[in-house]
Amino acid sequence: MPPRHTNREYEDELRTLRERLLLMAGRVEQMIANSVKALVNHDLALAKATIEEDYKVNRAEVDNDELCLLILAKRQPLASDLRFITLALKMVTDLERIGDLAVNICERAIDIGTGISPPVHAKIPHMAELAQSMVSEAIDAFVNGDADKAQLVIERDAQVDAVYHDIHRDMFALMMQDGTLLRGGVHLQTVSKYLERIGDHATNLAELVVFMVKGKDIRHLGKLDDET
Amino acid sequence: MVFQVALRPYRYPSEPQPPDVELGTTKFTIRDLHAWYGNQHVLHDISIAIPAHEVTAVIGPSGCGKSTFIRCLNRMHELIPGARVAGTVCLEDADVYASNVDPVLIRRRVGMVFQKPNPFPTMSIRDNVLSGLRLTHALERDRADDTVERSLRRAALWDEVSDRLDKGGATLSGGQQQRLCIARALAVEPEVLLMDEPCSALDPIATARIEDLLLSLREEVTIVIVTHNMQQAARVSNRTAFFLQGELVEYAVTDEIFTSPGDKRTEDYITGKFG
Repeated sequence: MPPRHTNREYEDELRTLRERLLLMAGRVEQMIANSVKALVNHDLALAKATIEEDYKVNRAEVDNDELCLLILAKRQPLASDLRFITLALKMVTDLERIGDLAVNICERAIDIGTGISPPVHAKIPHMAELAQSMVSEAIDAFVNGDADKAQLVIERDAQVDAVYHDIHRDMFALMMQDGTLLRGGVHLQTVSKYLERIGDHATNLAELVVFMVKGKDIRHLGKLDDET
Repeated sequence: MVFQVALRPYRYPSEPQPPDVELGTTKFTIRDLHAWYGNQHVLHDISIAIPAHEVTAVIGPSGCGKSTFIRCLNRMHELIPGARVAGTVCLEDADVYASNVDPVLIRRRVGMVFQKPNPFPTMSIRDNVLSGLRLTHALERDRADDTVERSLRRAALWDEVSDRLDKGGATLSGGQQQRLCIARALAVEPEVLLMDEPCSALDPIATARIEDLLLSLREEVTIVIVTHNMQQAARVSNRTAFFLQGELVEYAVTDEIFTSPGDKRTEDYITGKFG
């Protein structure tokens, strides 16, 4: 059994924070799935219900930030605890943004539902599954302290980007052929952009997990000035 | 008393220095240091290089050997009946335990401030500051006033006591008394200041003043500070050494040790997992 903090209240606070992060992550994963389902099935009721779910995600962001601040003030955490709190603060922001992106997809679904639109690109559900799995596996990596798994998530972002470019190109070609599809086509292109951004946020989560486990900040590798 | 005698000035060893310390900037080089209280072996094989003009913190649980370690650096350890050391402690290139070394002169070069402020109760503030110089017969009478002012300024106490230097040291507050003790230590112009939990008896404001003082003092002297307060070690030190049961477990740049310690024992201690 791994050693526990001698102060039980501190141990409880960290456990509570972990549980809340998992709950928040589960909620946004479901929102991703529901938003794309609403889009593909033209399910406006599901789209509206998913939008309303975002209130809980926003509430969780505020509550989790507050808990992190309390822990920082009361406990002055160090080492892995400090890295965990840092991760939590940043993870909350990324999860909240993912929730917002799911809401954006729902809003586009509502818009498309009333107008002429090309068929939903076949790769959009696939892209959504990729993005959702990245979020899910980044959270698994966080739960298990698995930096290797987190690294795999980071590498998968290239697949999401590739599918995004495919969708973008195909939708553009369709809109060039048929101008009446312009409005709906732009919506679908934008949906693919939202999913690509979800992939980026999932990558952020995975990079945070590597930092938590290894104490190594791997963000922006290759893009930082050599002197920094 | 058992110690290794260096019959000639110490030379840097051929083996690599501890990481992050460049040759020529080391104040203390300690090799294979052991210490005993009678038959109780309290320090085991300590090897560490302490950089000059930096603050090095020593942390660890009670009884881990922190205070014993710093007392070995200025030969205070041997003042305890039955205490002994083995190994080498080199202050720059000279072994402090060499047979021709006067421990009193070592203690002048390596001053010490203790946990409980201890100004001499029967002496005035002025005489407290000058006491170390008088003891080592190094006081220049025509420079006494300058010495008192300089030392008290360096200890950030001059502005508070300049109008009452003839009052007793014991009339000061706890934080002021501790700064008076620092001024007393500084008056003999030491190269090193050893501080054994200097703030543990002080309130937060006095502690903050002492910590602020350390940041300016390190430009002039090398400081080694023992502290139970890990946040204090994180705030004031450049490097931190973690001791456990008489062993040096980890020694690293402070920022690293408190964000990503290399040893699990260090991690467990500083995150409060005491078992």
